[in-house]
Amino acid sequence: MRHLLSTEGLDAATATSVLDTADTLKQTLLGREVKKLPTLRGRTVVTLFYENSTRTRVSFEVAGKWMSADVINVSASSSSVNKGESLRDTALTLAAAGADCVIMRHPASGAAHRLAGWLDEVGTQVVNAGDGMHEHPTQALLDAATLRERLGELAGRRIAIVGDLLHSRVARSNVHLLRTLGAEVVLVAPPTLVPAGADQWGAEVRHDLDPELPKLDAVMMLRVQAERMHGGFFPSAREYSIAYGLNQARLDKLPEHAVVLHPGPMLRGMEIAPAVADSPRAAITQQVSNGVHVRMAVLYHLLAGEELSA
Amino acid sequence: MASRQPAGAADPVGQRELLSAGDVARTIARIAHQIIEKTALDTGGSDVVLLGIPTRGTPLARRLAAKISEFSGVTVPTGTLDITLYRDDLRKRPNRPLEPTDLPVEGIDNALVVLVDDVLFSGRTVRAALDALRDQGRPRAVQLAVLVDRGHRELPIRADYVGKNIPTSRSEDVAVQLSETDGEHDRVVLRRDAGQEAE
Repeated sequence: MRHLLSTEGLDAATATSVLDTADTLKQTLLGREVKKLPTLRGRTVVTLFYENSTRTRVSFEVAGKWMSADVINVSASSSSVNKGESLRDTALTLAAAGADCVIMRHPASGAAHRLAGWLDEVGTQVVNAGDGMHEHPTQALLDAATLRERLGELAGRRIAIVGDLLHSRVARSNVHLLRTLGAEVVLVAPPTLVPAGADQWGAEVRHDLDPELPKLDAVMMLRVQAERMHGGFFPSAREYSIAYGLNQARLDKLPEHAVVLHPGPMLRGMEIAPAVADSPRAAITQQVSNGVHVRMAVLYHLLAGEELSA
Repeated sequence: MASRQPAGAADPVGQRELLSAGDVARTIARIAHQIIEKTALDTGGSDVVLLGIPTRGTPLARRLAAKISEFSGVTVPTGTLDITLYRDDLRKRPNRPLEPTDLPVEGIDNALVVLVDDVLFSGRTVRAALDALRDQGRPRAVQLAVLVDRGHRELPIRADYVGKNIPTSRSEDVAVQLSETDGEHDRVVLRRDAGQEAE
């Protein structure tokens, strides 16, 4: 693996190998007082965040630190980006200062690919930690890790992704990865929140949630991304909640074994009822802790292998 | 019992058998006797834990424990200690998949840990194992048991229990094949011109 930019095109063998590594790392660190491995000692990892984030940035930071890498956090608001420095110059500055890996979140779709193009020459690796409405591959990997823990193998499972598909990079990454791992994916959203071309992703598209519920092995709720919405996509939060919110009545329609996921941050009461979010069927905190192990696995696969010639 | 080829005779694929299945079984039995004697575990001398280093150290540790139990009646806990994350040559080789680390539920604090591996070569694997062990607990003492010591040490490390000393050249490779991991019957072979192997 040279960079991790998307789950589209990530083959099943590589994805499974990352998930297996994450699983082994989790077992290795289980119950240990000192969660520190010397694996990436001397390597420098920079998180470059152009958007706010708690769980993703912290999760990458913890992952890097548990593997003994030096982790430096750069946020756009506190860097020379504020003075008008371009993404390319910022990235080249980080690489010149010794970054072995840049983990970037950016509001523009495709930004991570551009970054990888520039940094390829200098041998710095890139992890896409979310680019606009495009992809968020480590979130998809941690969702898959969580589903594997709860359900076993994903092949043949039916999984629904529900909510704001239009603005969701999580949905896109998940569709590609889950399909690569052999699962059947159904996308459920109001017509206004289905991106053009979603029918080409290889997933079924539905607008009515209730008939889908009894057939599902897992349901992934998405966050309604108000900050990206410039216009009316649905009449009101209440109406959205009635049509697409996961409440107790809907939870009861799911098969006994079905799992509820949410990438967070949650809008409790709108996308998901508080009682559902806190129920044992929900794997939301499990997703967060798996996030650390998955990101450790990604860093291991990118940084621990044979030295790449720049 | 499999017959052994005469010394120096190589089979068509350029490998020479150094230990047959019978030799491997006898060697494991001998090491088991030595562990019982040296650690005095049958007289309540110490809490012994056998930790195999993947891949082949794991079945070797289990076989040693079975022999120890057969000879002394004492059940010795076994486990697996993966050292991949502690290697100092991670950047020099293609990525390796991780193996699970699985320690006995009793833990290793204050125990006499015997690390078990198939081949002792540069000593770097053992150093990594010692580092990994330090993160898992504080054994009272650590000993090392290997099926084959092929020399070429790069670190001041020696084994407490050695099945067989086999002087080799660096261009050779000692391959231990066990029925649990390699599908066939047990044997140890020497391969020529294998290039630089880490152990």
